[in-house]
Amino acid sequence: MVKNKENSEDLEFWATNSEEGGWKIDSTDEGSQKMSEEESEQQLKIQTGSDVVDDYFIDEETSEDERMIVNMGPQHPSTHGVLRLQVELEGEAVRRVKPIIGYLHTGMEKTGEELTYLQGPTNTTRMDYLSPFFNELVFSLTTEKLLDIEVPARAQTIRILMTELNRISSHLVALATGGMDIGALSMMIFGFRERELLLNFFEKTTGLRMNHNYIRPGGVAADLPDDWQKDIKEILKIIPEKLKDYDEMLLDNPIWKGRLQNVGILTTQECLAYGITGPSLRASGYGWDLRKMQPYSGIEKYDFEVPVLQESDVFARWRIKVLEILESLKIVEQAMNNMPKGPYKIQDKKVTPPPRKRLDESMEALIHHFKIYTEGFKVPEGEAYVAVESPRGELGCYIVSDGSSKPYRMHVRGPSFCNLQALPVVMADSPIADAVAAIASLDPVIGDVDR
Amino acid sequence: MYSPDNIFTTTIDKAVRWSRTQSMWPVTFGLACCAIEMMAAGSAKYDLARYGMEVFRASPRQADLMIVAGRVSQKMAPVLRQVYDQMAEPKWVIAMGACSSTGGMFNNYALVQGVDHIVPVDVYVPGCPPGPQSLMHGILTLHDKIMAGEINR
Repeated sequence: MVKNKENSEDLEFWATNSEEGGWKIDSTDEGSQKMSEEESEQQLKIQTGSDVVDDYFIDEETSEDERMIVNMGPQHPSTHGVLRLQVELEGEAVRRVKPIIGYLHTGMEKTGEELTYLQGPTNTTRMDYLSPFFNELVFSLTTEKLLDIEVPARAQTIRILMTELNRISSHLVALATGGMDIGALSMMIFGFRERELLLNFFEKTTGLRMNHNYIRPGGVAADLPDDWQKDIKEILKIIPEKLKDYDEMLLDNPIWKGRLQNVGILTTQECLAYGITGPSLRASGYGWDLRKMQPYSGIEKYDFEVPVLQESDVFARWRIKVLEILESLKIVEQAMNNMPKGPYKIQDKKVTPPPRKRLDESMEALIHHFKIYTEGFKVPEGEAYVAVESPRGELGCYIVSDGSSKPYRMHVRGPSFCNLQALPVVMADSPIADAVAAIASLDPVIGDVDR
Repeated sequence: MYSPDNIFTTTIDKAVRWSRTQSMWPVTFGLACCAIEMMAAGSAKYDLARYGMEVFRASPRQADLMIVAGRVSQKMAPVLRQVYDQMAEPKWVIAMGACSSTGGMFNNYALVQGVDHIVPVDVYVPGCPPGPQSLMHGILTLHDKIMAGEINR
């Protein structure tokens, strides 16, 4: 009897929640999702993010007078952007660190769903603003993978040339700001001075100093300027000379060495556990570089080394950036000498808009141009992930396409975001003065962390 | 020794305005891409020291000018306002770049659509990001504005 009753209750439940029986509202909790009538100011603040709920766990063993929690940031000159750190101090020693991110959240992945594939690089280039070409490249490569097209050889070589120059400019800023944080103020002036050299070339080629929107699905936006070899030759001549100056100033500098050596150790195991890639991983003795492991844009044809250091401290992370600049210069030189002739965009009418000259001559071209710029080109259904080696590590882009001209979902695996996880490990049990050196060595770009 | 050649006359108004323009210390308020260009403006090639403003102050108490360099998210907005409130009068604000002027290309849930929703802005610098020259033009425009304006604002 009892069993039967249970059964009947079960049946009743299913009956009332089926289409025939109609929905029994009070048996579900659907109505409970409405907004509360009186939202307190505190609750609103938490929702908008202006008030962070402090769920910081405090160690019971240490007494109150020895322990102090210090907020660093979000407005701080040496957090490399708007990073906020909650640092638990015991005297001068850092016991625990909690990075709080989201102060630069721009909703770029959401914006990416509203832009066509041709407009996409405009958005992604602003993510990691120190390596804009890599963001454009990874978005374009993913779109091309979905479209299943191959860009011409000249476009590929231009892409390699520009991205490797970008790696140099990005590392120069990392060296400059890293130096400034630790007190080597000349490094700041030097780094930005050399960066201008590269930025002038970028401006000449793409029209902008940063956020270029130059590498697009199907090729690059414009050909290289006249006499571009002259500029590259100048870069190839000046940068190594200046790097020697940096070495002269810092390599045997006892203050610099004392400040950086054996500070902020990050071992290979820790790197692998936290998903840390890029110079930090290579400075810990593990030669993982996507340019060798998963080559893109024909980079396997170039002759270059992947520098690896064993020390895994802040000094090694600084040093490896200098060595990587030298390797990038090698690639740039090879790209300059072997630049193929031919088109710099794919000659596929569905992807590449017709050149401006054709618009005056052909109605068809005009229609094509209009269609590509208003509606965009359609991308077959599917999903794709492509990763490149950005100056900060593995930069990946994952796109889900529903067959329309806009991505259904675009996600970016930002290297800075993953590398920032290591901060509590790097900073734990080190003096507070080393905290700044540790942040600078990981070289996070907050635009890439928060997106 | 008194020498009549060493004297010039001016109004107190003019002297105050002139002195304000000659050493305007900005607070470091770098947010995004524009911050890199702001740093480039401060370093070797462009050299903001020519206008007496190479000292980017870490403390808002010592600063006269806030250059909002980059996109302001909803989460950053109260922090920005607090830093502005901490600055001593007289103070000025430059909205550097499209994002801080109008929200730029990001018209979505995350960004404040123009920093003038939070703080009064004196000069808007267009560009994405504006080059160092644009920023300097913005600064010189602000200087002109100060020279033309009242001393008590």
